[in-house]
Amino acid sequence: MSTGAPLIVSATPFEKRPLDTPRIMRHVCYALAPVIFASVYRFGASALLIILTCVVTCALSEWLLSGRGPWRDSPAADGSAVVTGILLALTLPPGLPLWMAALGAVVAMVFGKLLFGGLGQNVFNPSLVGRAFLQACFPVALTTWSGHSDWGGFWDLRGDTLAWPLLSPVFDGVSSATPLAQMKFEGVATDLGAMFYGAIPGSLGETSALLLLIGGGYLAARRFLNWRIPVGIFLSVYLCATALNLIDPQRFPDGAHHLLAGGLMLGAIYMATDPVTSPVTPLGAWIFAAGIGALVVAIREFGGLPEGVMYAILLMNGATPLIDRFTQPAIYGSGAPRRGAEP
Amino acid sequence: MKGLSPIRSFRHGIHPAEHKETTRERPIQRIPFPDEVVLPLSQHTGAPSRAVVARGERVQRGQRIAEAGGYVSVPLHASATGRVKEIARHHHPTGRLDDAIVIEVDHASAQTLYDEHPIDWQSRSPAQLLEVIRDGGFVGLGGAAFPTHVKLALPEGKRARWLMVNGCECEPYLTSDHRIMLEWAEWIFLGARVLTRILGTEKTYIGVETNKWDAIKHLAEHLPDDIDCELVPLQTHYPQGAEKMLISAVLEREVPSGRLPIDVHAVVQNVGTLAGIGELVAYGQPLIERVVTVTGPGVRAPATLLVPVGTRLSDVLAHCGGLTDDAREILYGGPMMGTPQQFLDVPILKGTSGIVCLTEGQLRARREYPCIRCGACLDACPVFLNPSTLGALARAGHYEQMMDYHVMDCMECGSCTYVCPSNIPLVQRFRVAKGLLREAQARERELRDKEAAA
Repeated sequence: MSTGAPLIVSATPFEKRPLDTPRIMRHVCYALAPVIFASVYRFGASALLIILTCVVTCALSEWLLSGRGPWRDSPAADGSAVVTGILLALTLPPGLPLWMAALGAVVAMVFGKLLFGGLGQNVFNPSLVGRAFLQACFPVALTTWSGHSDWGGFWDLRGDTLAWPLLSPVFDGVSSATPLAQMKFEGVATDLGAMFYGAIPGSLGETSALLLLIGGGYLAARRFLNWRIPVGIFLSVYLCATALNLIDPQRFPDGAHHLLAGGLMLGAIYMATDPVTSPVTPLGAWIFAAGIGALVVAIREFGGLPEGVMYAILLMNGATPLIDRFTQPAIYGSGAPRRGAEP
Repeated sequence: MKGLSPIRSFRHGIHPAEHKETTRERPIQRIPFPDEVVLPLSQHTGAPSRAVVARGERVQRGQRIAEAGGYVSVPLHASATGRVKEIARHHHPTGRLDDAIVIEVDHASAQTLYDEHPIDWQSRSPAQLLEVIRDGGFVGLGGAAFPTHVKLALPEGKRARWLMVNGCECEPYLTSDHRIMLEWAEWIFLGARVLTRILGTEKTYIGVETNKWDAIKHLAEHLPDDIDCELVPLQTHYPQGAEKMLISAVLEREVPSGRLPIDVHAVVQNVGTLAGIGELVAYGQPLIERVVTVTGPGVRAPATLLVPVGTRLSDVLAHCGGLTDDAREILYGGPMMGTPQQFLDVPILKGTSGIVCLTEGQLRARREYPCIRCGACLDACPVFLNPSTLGALARAGHYEQMMDYHVMDCMECGSCTYVCPSNIPLVQRFRVAKGLLREAQARERELRDKEAAA
């Protein structure tokens, strides 16, 4: 009757959904795969090198600064550093020198995440912290965009990709303006179709709205991202931009232009939805998203920069603990009105 | 079909693997009487019963051997004919040592019921019927084991409009209620009639999850004509069988925080309890046996058994072919909220709905990751708490602050822990926090009372 080994007494529940953090991170990578392929296809080996540099640097920084134990037991193995690396790379221009990308990745991990206490503890989105640092240090390199047709073949590296650290990079590509810069500084609107499919200059991951939406749709369907945040941002941006457009159509572009241009898709779908730095309550998510949308339009239209997604998200990241605090769900039996049962 | 409403549900919750196929087709089988039965005096919520028999005394099956120890308490009856061997401390399924009456079973006896007689319930007053139920030793058979007569006694000024019969059985693995609904429908409805008389309810709702369609159909075909009954198929969703969830699914009302179902005019009873009350009025059988699902990959011959209360776990398992070699954890109740057992000599209690035997492979320790605030737990919590924040507070030891986040409303269903991708033992932390907070509250009360006395 007795069992071979003594009985175990441990705590319920014993049923467990077969899903853990590394698996979620893997799915985020799958969702980003089309965007990665597209950027490598458009920008060639330079793009590939930037992505690899960021991913390897992020993972190594985390491993080095969190004990240097066996890889399997290290926090770096949970896959979150890989996602941070990919997302950082996707915000960078294709011709950026690799050493700058690596520096950005170190800052993203160390100042964006590890100094706060690692995964789950950081206040600001790590990849955006890295990107903000680079933008502050190397404004020219970070805003030198090249069209995707100004290079020869896949292996044709841009002259600046392999530039030595701290030496002036050689910007030999024909720099072309992004749709937002064109609009802001020249008053020229870009064709919406081109922006949707991705035939425009820009950072690695912000050129094709279509691919970003497909990946985001996949993650939302699998419930790995909070759909309220991108939907809320799109609505907020569209409404704010349309309101301005109605006031002065000559000066302000319409809502569709704002939605498709710049880093909005990438930011709204992949950066703002970082669960660690966004509100956990449903109402909080809507408020967070509305705030980002309004800030994006405000910075783009009234600020000195053509693009404002990064700062909008970072600002709202800072407001997240406060939003969470004031949007606690009304518990069962508190008398709050409730929508009908949902299956 | 007559008396059948559309499928309903509550908000949030989870859908774990059901594992019910092992025992759902196995009819209720009576287990042979063991050599000894162990009857703890504390098998219910409330004060322990007081023994009224002495060592060496001969007792008959169904004879009262302990009286209620207070208002929130019930008497206890011998579950087998035999001789009182001792009244001593014994391993209790809660993990404590507790006083129990041990009866040496007389295998030569015919095990006939002490004082068998039908109860003419239609001519008794509600107060008299409550007494009959209390004297029958009845407690809720769904697991909580709260004395039934207390739950049925309406507080001053409260009115019961709806009798809710709980046939959800939402815990994975368990199928005892399922079998009871299929095999003992007439007892359930007899019990419902008696309760309708006691409570004066307008309508009886019977909530059953849709993974038991055969039971829903069977009950719908046998609905009684003399009371207003409606069968409510409920979505298979955990924890559908929690009182509050059943009420919000069927009545679309919420029980106010810290209050009872009667505050929304509802009284909830488990199908097993109802069937037991049916048998009680039909031939006077007190609560001395119950249906237990014995299942899980860790037991060789899973079964649905009718077990005398007090039968030792080891005897039940032996009847089911014993444990497999890789069985490692044995639960009283289901895998979501059950109680793990340390010893095999613990008895089956009145409230033991199932025995689930888990194997080594099911107990693999999972690596815990930091909370990434993904919010999955908020979408799972049936009482709309914020387990993510509560978990962070518990981890930091800020138990007082957890009160502001309503930790005391947590019903420990484990849904948050089931969905957590970071494998954080949330519900375990909440149990600890609630225990400590309750202790602190009790200490404070004591201190106040002392001051008031001085």
